[in-house]
Amino acid sequence: MLEQKEGSHAVADAVALCRPEVICAYPISPQTHIVEALSDKVRTGELTPCEYVSVESEFAAMSVAIGASATGARAYTATASQGLLFMCEALYNASGLGLPIVMTLANRAIGSPINIWNDHSDSMSQRDSGWIQLYAETNQEALDLHIQAYRLAEELSLPVMVCMDGFILTHAYERVDVPAQEQVDAFLPPYEPRQVLDPSEPVTIGAMVGPEAFFEVRYLMHAKQMQALDHVPQIAADFKEAFGRDSGGLIRSYRADDAETVIVGLGSVLGTIEEVVDELRDQGVKIGVVGITCFRPYPLDEVREALGHAQRVVVLEKAFAVGVGGIVGQNVRLALSGLPPTVYDVVAGLGGRPITKRSLRAMLADALEDRLGRQTFLDLDLEIVERELRRLQQKRRSGPHAENMIRDIGIVAARSH
Amino acid sequence: MFQVRIHGRGGQGVVTAAEMLSIAAFIEGRHAQAFPSFGSERTGAPVVAFCRIDEAEIRVREPIAEPDALIVQDPTLLHQVDVFSGLRPDGYILINSARSFDELGLGELLERFRRERLLMVPATDLAREHLGRPIPNAVLVGGFAALSGLISLESVAAAIRQKFPGKLGDGNAAAAAAAFELVQREAKEVTHA
Repeated sequence: MLEQKEGSHAVADAVALCRPEVICAYPISPQTHIVEALSDKVRTGELTPCEYVSVESEFAAMSVAIGASATGARAYTATASQGLLFMCEALYNASGLGLPIVMTLANRAIGSPINIWNDHSDSMSQRDSGWIQLYAETNQEALDLHIQAYRLAEELSLPVMVCMDGFILTHAYERVDVPAQEQVDAFLPPYEPRQVLDPSEPVTIGAMVGPEAFFEVRYLMHAKQMQALDHVPQIAADFKEAFGRDSGGLIRSYRADDAETVIVGLGSVLGTIEEVVDELRDQGVKIGVVGITCFRPYPLDEVREALGHAQRVVVLEKAFAVGVGGIVGQNVRLALSGLPPTVYDVVAGLGGRPITKRSLRAMLADALEDRLGRQTFLDLDLEIVERELRRLQQKRRSGPHAENMIRDIGIVAARSH
Repeated sequence: MFQVRIHGRGGQGVVTAAEMLSIAAFIEGRHAQAFPSFGSERTGAPVVAFCRIDEAEIRVREPIAEPDALIVQDPTLLHQVDVFSGLRPDGYILINSARSFDELGLGELLERFRRERLLMVPATDLAREHLGRPIPNAVLVGGFAALSGLISLESVAAAIRQKFPGKLGDGNAAAAAAAFELVQREAKEVTHA
């Protein structure tokens, strides 16, 4: 049924339709509305049978999810930012054990400095944790990806993280088509665990493994993730047949087939990029977009196929590896090794800085002339950074960075506005 | 695409106003996207929320820098925030106040924008009267429907009742209807003046 509702509530609906048996979460902005809505559904009996466990931390949230999943329950949790970091050790256990937990990540920056706004620093920090990572472009896709995620997780016995942009999607009201329970039941069979802690058939899960087999058990995780490269598009195709919508898949191209310039992005910024691409297409520029929906496992062949024909590729990402540069950019270069396109890294939108059409237009104008640097930080006020660097040189006790720089921006703002 | 920016203070239901507007547009079969300015809102702090309305799917996700319409829930913001920033020359302005543009020191706005698209509505007074609480958000959505002609009062009332079931919804819907009527009357007076 079509409904106008908040992204968080759309996701809570999707999760409830998947009939989780254990939900354990610790609230953190911007994930809070999702787990609040789910706790309401459990409390009112709308979602039953299901146990909602209020835990004391994210570490406990993931630990409870692991325990629940290992005893054969369909388990769900959600977090963001520092919460993801706090559950980090348990994340690796969930993936190493091969437990099909589904978790929503409401993407948010990581401190310090503390910041509650959106970027992809949190999910990108755990890209190699062994979890499958799917990125939603819209709230409809976020809803749909959760339904697909349970099927994917349970087919492969691997955990799946559904990443949706915090605030930009979680707190946006827009139109979503919420499927009927029967549709979801037909698409998602009841959870049949591959491994289960059952007193009538006792086993241990999580044994210590020495050098004789650790390598093989770890490699198995990689082998299963690589299998997901076949499962993800198949599940998206099945989903389309059942629900009539394109959602999920590995990558998605928009006007990119004959494009000389292709922008690569993840998540909700793709819509804004598409708008700018349409403007440029109207001016005769051969430009397109490739969105990476499934970032882990990384669809190397599909990315290579989608981008190989271009002259230049602009990778726009909301995170970066300090001391190196773009993360998605490195992955795109890996896919394009030996092929002609020049790859430009553009880091944008950190800590909730808006990614505007105006800034994208200016950046793309430079890219089209090949004037763009290999690494661009979109709308970064370098002067503020340089001022702080100078302060560090001039004075031993130069003071706290963030406080200094906020003060500088205050002065600049007072002068220019 | 029609873009609305709503300014107010934490506690006045600014975000909820944008959401109700989006629901009203949805009820009329249109696409709508409402979102807050993503601050860590505190009671009394300046808050901004946005609503886009279009016939087609809305893909853009940037904040609204050049709105077609402004709703100002708290006139004390006028001296603190540049609420008129980026407003299109043919834009609409609805301000929650019982005073006039001149009384608020906004006489120059009447020169810059189309007079019949600039109106005041005493939304807090109407809210007090119909709800017993000084929460002006739903009232202003009703007034905005009349000022812009973009959505019907029926859709606004349905959106209000969806957000606030029961008595609270009835009170808000009644206050919104009063604002709708008031704004319609004022708009007529301005046009004929």
